[in-house]
Parts: sequence; C-alpha cells; structure tokens
Amino acid sequence: MILDSKIPEGPLAEKWDKHKFNVKLVNPANKRKYDIIVVGTGLAGASAAATLAELGYNVKAFCYQDSPRRAHSIAAQGGINAAKNYQNDGDSVYRLFYDTIKGGDYRAREANVYRLAQVSVNIIDQCVAQGVPFAREYGGLLANRSFGGAQVSRTFYARGQTGQQLLLGAYSALNRQIAYGKVKMYPRTEMLDLVMVDGKARGIVTRHLITGKIESHSAHAVILATGGYGNVFFLSTNAMGSNTTAIWRAHKKGALFANPCFTQIHPTCIPVSGGYQSKLTLMSESLRNDGRVWVPKAVGDNRPADQIPEDERDYFLERKYPSFGNLVPRDVASRNAKLACDEGRGVGTTKLAVYLDFADAIKREGLDKISQKYGNLFEMYAKITGENPYEQPMRIYPAVHYTMGGLWVDYNLMTTVPGLYATGECNFSDHGANRLGASALMQGLADGYFVIPYTIGDYLAQNPTTRVETTHPAFKEAEAKVQADVNRLLSINGTRTVDDFHKALGLLMWDYCGMARNAEGLQYAKQEIRKLRDEFWRDVKILGVNEELNVTLEKAGRVADFLELGELMVEDALNRNESCGGHFREEYQTPENEALRDDENYTYVAAWEYTGINQQPVLHKEELKFENVKLTQRSYK
Amino acid sequence: MAGNNPNSKPMNLTLKVWRQKNSQAAGTLETYQIKDISPEMSFLEMMDVLNEDLLLKGIDPVAFDHDCREGICGMCSLYINGRAHGPERGTTTCQLHMRKFSDGDTITIEPWRAGPFPVLKDLCTDRSALDRIQQAGGYISVNTGGVPDANEIPIPKNIADKAFDAATCIQCGACVAACKNGSAMLFTSAKVSQLAMLPQGKVERKTRVENMVAQMDKEGFGACTNIGSCAAECPVGISLENIAMLNREYINASFTSENV
Repeated sequence: MILDSKIPEGPLAEKWDKHKFNVKLVNPANKRKYDIIVVGTGLAGASAAATLAELGYNVKAFCYQDSPRRAHSIAAQGGINAAKNYQNDGDSVYRLFYDTIKGGDYRAREANVYRLAQVSVNIIDQCVAQGVPFAREYGGLLANRSFGGAQVSRTFYARGQTGQQLLLGAYSALNRQIAYGKVKMYPRTEMLDLVMVDGKARGIVTRHLITGKIESHSAHAVILATGGYGNVFFLSTNAMGSNTTAIWRAHKKGALFANPCFTQIHPTCIPVSGGYQSKLTLMSESLRNDGRVWVPKAVGDNRPADQIPEDERDYFLERKYPSFGNLVPRDVASRNAKLACDEGRGVGTTKLAVYLDFADAIKREGLDKISQKYGNLFEMYAKITGENPYEQPMRIYPAVHYTMGGLWVDYNLMTTVPGLYATGECNFSDHGANRLGASALMQGLADGYFVIPYTIGDYLAQNPTTRVETTHPAFKEAEAKVQADVNRLLSINGTRTVDDFHKALGLLMWDYCGMARNAEGLQYAKQEIRKLRDEFWRDVKILGVNEELNVTLEKAGRVADFLELGELMVEDALNRNESCGGHFREEYQTPENEALRDDENYTYVAAWEYTGINQQPVLHKEELKFENVKLTQRSYK
Repeated sequence: MAGNNPNSKPMNLTLKVWRQKNSQAAGTLETYQIKDISPEMSFLEMMDVLNEDLLLKGIDPVAFDHDCREGICGMCSLYINGRAHGPERGTTTCQLHMRKFSDGDTITIEPWRAGPFPVLKDLCTDRSALDRIQQAGGYISVNTGGVPDANEIPIPKNIADKAFDAATCIQCGACVAACKNGSAMLFTSAKVSQLAMLPQGKVERKTRVENMVAQMDKEGFGACTNIGSCAAECPVGISLENIAMLNREYINASFTSENV
C-alpha cells in the first residue's frame, strides 16, 4: 500500500485555493441524491452534518448520548485560536501555522496545518453569526487571551466555557436542518461496524442503546467524527462514554491508524484522590496566564503552602523557560511537573501534585478581576476538592486529555478506505506530536464547516447516485458479526467486572505508555495487555440481555476495543525510537531532559495496518516533507 | 486521600433507589446498604461503587445517565432526597460530593418526574422533548459561509455578558423536574432571551418565540405559575428574568405576528 497524502502542488499559501478550484463539484440538483452518514455530533460532527445538509445532501447523524448537544466538545474550556490579528500584536496565518507546526514538534503535515490556520478566521465569523456569545471588550468588539505555545493573543473565548458555546452554535445549526428534515438524527445509537461494498464505505451497523436493536444504515459516504481515545487510560479528562469503537472497527476494516502513541497529557488537572476515581477534571490551561506553577525547593518539605517562604519555592517553569515561563506548551509543562514529583518535591498527601498559585495575580489585579476571568474554574475546583483556590494555591497534576493520533487521512480527510472520512480529534492530521491549547476546537470546526463540505463533493461527484439497500449481503454479514460479538460477550458470565479490566488496562497504559516510556517497559506492557485481553474474553462478567438498556454490555464492547488499541499504542511507541512532543522515550533526551528528536529516521507518520488479533500490524510510512519550516530543536527558553 | 481533609472518615449509607425495568414496567424503590464511602467521592462515583457491588452479586446494576462528569454536558440528572441534583445549590449531580452527606444517612434517589420525560429504565428518562423545542426555533438562520466579519457586529459588553448568562443552560431538565407544573419555561426562555438580546438574533425574534412556545405546549409541558423552583434548582443559575423576557417577547410577537 502506498500512502498518497494528495497534497496539492504549488506554494503553501495557494494550495487550498487551488485545490478548491480543482475539486469536482456536485451540482445542486444532484446533491439531494446523495446520502451521507455522520457519526458523532461534537464540533467536528455537528458542524459537518449541518453544513452538508445546508448544501443539499441527505444526512443521517448518530450519537451515543441522549442529545447531540452533549458530545464532549462541550467540556472544552479555554478557547479557540484564530489568526484574526485583532490585537495588532503580530499574528498572521503564517504565524499560527508556524506555531502549530513547532508546537507539534515537527510531526504534522505542513499543507494541512496551513489550511487550518487559513480557515481559522472564518470560524470566528461563522460562530458570531450563529449567536455564540464570545467575550467582548467595552467597545463591543471581540476580546482575546493568550495561550500556551504562542507569544500573541489569538484565543477567542466565552468565559471558561468556550467549547460549550461553540458546540451549542453547531447544535443550533444542526437543529435547523433536523427541523427542515435534511438531517435525520439518531441519538442513543452507537456505531458498531463499518459496511463496505465493492471496497468502498457504504454504511454502518448500529445498536440502539435503549432497545438493543441492531440496525443497518446505508449511504454514499461515511464521516467519523467520534473524538479521541484517551479513555484507553481509564482515567482521563474525557467523558465517561468517549470511546474508540467506531474508529477501531473501521481500522479493522482497513482504515490505517496513524501515530496511535501520540497522547497529550494535560498539565493542569485536579490530581487523583483515590481508587474509586472515575475521571479526571481539567482546569483550563488559560489559568497558566495568571497562575504560577511551583513546588518547594527542598525534597520532602511537608509544610503547608503558606508557610513556605518565597525563597524556598521553586517556580520551575519560570526558572527553566524564562521567555515562555508558565506558558510553555503542554507536553513541556507536564513533563516538568512529573520531574519535580519524581524528585520527591510533589505536594499534597499523595505527593503527585504541584501548586498553581494565584496569590500574585490577585495582589496585582484584585480579586474581582481574577474572579471575572476564572470564576467558574475556581468554583469547579472548590466543588471537587473542598478547597478555596482564592485563599490557597490549587494543586494540579498532569492527566490524559487528548489524542493526537487517529485514523490516517489524506488532504481531503479521507481515510485509506474510499468514501470513509475522519474529522476532528479522531483523525491524526494537524497536531503532530503535541497539540497547542485552543487548537482542538479550531480543528474540529475547520474540518466540519470548511474542509469536508468541499472535499467530500469531489468524491461523490465521481461516484454514481445509486443507493445500496440494507438488504445487501454486506450489511447482513456485518449485522450478523455484531450480533455474534454481543452474544459472545453475554455468554462469558465470568467473575471480573468490565470496570475492573478497564482500570487494569488504564494502569498499564499510564505506567508504561504515559508521560515517559522506555523500550523495556513497553515490551512488558505489550505482554501484559495480551494477557489481560485473554482474561477479559474468558472472565468478564456481564448480566442481562441485548434487548434492553444494558450499560455493562455497552461498556464491555468499548473496553474490548481499548484492549486491542492499547497494544497498538505500545507497538507504535516502541517503534518510534526518538522523543517528540507528547511521546517521550526516556532513552532519547537532551542533557536538559528535553525531548530529543531523530529527524533523520523518524520524520514520518507511522500508519498501521490491521492484520488480525495477536498478529503483528504492518507499518506504512508517510514521509513528512518540510518545505517551509526549518526543523530545529524546540526551545521555549 | 485528597490531601485537604485528613479527618474525612468513610461513611456507611442506606440508599433507596428507584428501579424500573423499562418504560412499560411499574417501578419501585429498592433499598441497598453501601459501606466505606469516602467523602471525597462524587455522588456518581458512589453510584459506581454500588453498581460494582450489585454486579458481583448478580443483580442488574442501576442505570443512570451521565457523561462528562464535570457539570457541563447536562446528561446527569437524579432527584436526590426530593431535590433535583441533590442538596447543594448550583451543582449538578456529577459535581455533588459525598462530603455533603453524613455517616448513617438514608439517601433516596429517583428519576426526573415529569409527564414529558418518560422513564426509560431505573433513573434514565427520555428528555428528547427539549431537543424538539430547540429544533422549533432555537437558532439563527445562517448557512455556513457568507457571513460578515466577526467584528462588524459590535455588541455592548453588558449585553454580550447577559446573553452568555442565558446561553449557559445545560439542558439537563432540572427546571422541569423541580416545577410542580412540569413547566419548561425556564429552559425555553433561556434560548429565547439569549437570541433576542443579540443583534444577530433579533431578525427572527418573533417567529422564534412563537414556534418554541407552541412546541413546548405540544410536548405537554405545564404552564408557568411564577413559583421559581426552576431557578432555585437550576445547577447553572439561569435567572427567572429570562421567563419575564420570554413573556414580553411572546406578547409582542402575538400582536405583531410574522408567522403567516
């Protein structure tokens, strides 16, 4: 298989415009003859479903939640980047492009990232037109804040609830199309398989989560917008239901999986408090604009924060990175917090935390100003921990937050399966080995509003309007397979719960494929994951039947997929003998403990082909060509 | 364990939980004992512990809706000791922590109770009626592309802030569950006033309010009698002022209707 990224010819700044001109168009009268399935209704899915319906296509949209508005994009806090340069502080499309490539540690595609920066400006216009209430200045114009990995203020925000407001904008556009009858919405419905006819994606098989009904849906193209797979770690900032099932099952049907080991560990989360913990809560990175990160200078200093004098505190990010200070990119901030804790300088009873201190900011700007900026975040922290962050520093620790890896897609966002697209977090395309803050919302909406509506037309225009009936043998076969998998899970009747297996997998992943990895640990994890997977299929305990709301059965299907994906992540981490961005191999670091890339041997996207359970996956490489940006050792000093 | 509350002792609790097999079956309150609950746990983590326990005993775990567990997705619900989202003001069930309860407490856990929210199983209800109210007009009719530059629409900061306050509704349905009439006025008014305040939303303000109110009535939600339980129980503090604004918008629209 040769991976063709289909990057258009020509200078970087002209590629997208030229491509838009060169793609084939579907004439308005023919659009209504094409059906498109969109799985997932977060920013990437809802925006795509609404926009494609506006263009005239018939859309079927699916989500596992009870309403499309609950997709986990809703929880994004800090903001969305756009190269508007409203602040006149030197921003430009090129600078956003450059920051994203550099932030991603030179493991993303130049052409995709440039396009992302270009359309970022349209996103803000679109959202404002929909009534998204962004923060504003007294003159009535839009406000901006700064974010990690950038030295300009380009982040648009709606208090600490930017994801919510953007998703509600996309949801409102989706609702309008549902009311028009152009989108048929299927809530509480989970995709369990991809259906291919003549080598092309032609539909999906779903399970209704209330009735258990297994059903087929046919279309001319399928878009997966199902988010990230961070829940492979059990504990993450993802929603409880976030899962890999849709993309994993598509992977097993032939879609290559790219850079699966690129995981983002977010530096500012509320630390784990006990074994019962079900999820971790992120505190927006925007807090690092005003909060100062520190630990005691001395190892084993058990005094409360207010009794540690100024000169006995180590503001380690400000000390090591004077020009970016507390605003270094996420991977750098996380790794340094881990280092401080590894040295025995962590705080709190678990010692797996560092302080994020607002005392200076409150002194400088006053309580009111700080509360205006971060009120809801402070409140959330207080609710969860029972502590008041206005009076004592927050305790934070890194947690799994985002997965840069995902299904391999070409410039058109098509996977290696013709007619199957992946948008938003579930593809691999724009963030390289590390995503900058406020760029996930940007990518989700860019893909859905401004990229896929152009590129999918090119594919559809070259395919006949003929529909495939769901009575086609390919659908019947996929339905039978899904039913058989469900029956198999229900028949095990073992002794260990699904959550128990999920937690065991999560611990393995966190310990051996988390913030720091090494070859020996990864080898060990690979063996252990296989053992755990065998045990799961022998000993998992699921009660009840398929034809009901069966939460355990739902979770079991998802965990079964995580148990396979986990192994691929480990495989990928083992293969990549370098450190880059969120992938930190202990064997490869600079004397200052920074990630040490190996550009000569690893400037490629690792795209894995599925070959069967317990079989060695096949690695395909897409070489990354940097024609505009010079590869350097990332420095935020 | 959390490092903030060294004296926190594990609790033993009695739970009375609504069990109902499906929307057709009759339901009943079942009693369960639960031990060693850490005060640092969230309420839903306590429910997880209960479910693991039930599962190992061969009893069907309790179904409840939840997803983000950070108070923003609106999927969690639960009527806890007679209060929507439990005893703590301005808090969703997922953000409620067990430190609000005491050792030996009996906690009664029920689903939302409202005609338009039929129980699907145990504590899960069908809230799709709220989506249909949004579909009736909770949007500004703009297609993707072809919109003006974002800064061509200046909006006074105080108006933008007020619109934001209304826009923070998480569509959990607590307002309906808390209302003795099962009214969805607070929910509907939040969207109506958000969009009516903004210049972008003024174009369709009349048809929007008429259509959304008509859908609300069609779904079988009750009338508003200005008691205010909705706002008191709302986990994100949506203000009653929005209902006043909806009424103004509605009266204005009914005299000068553009729905033809």
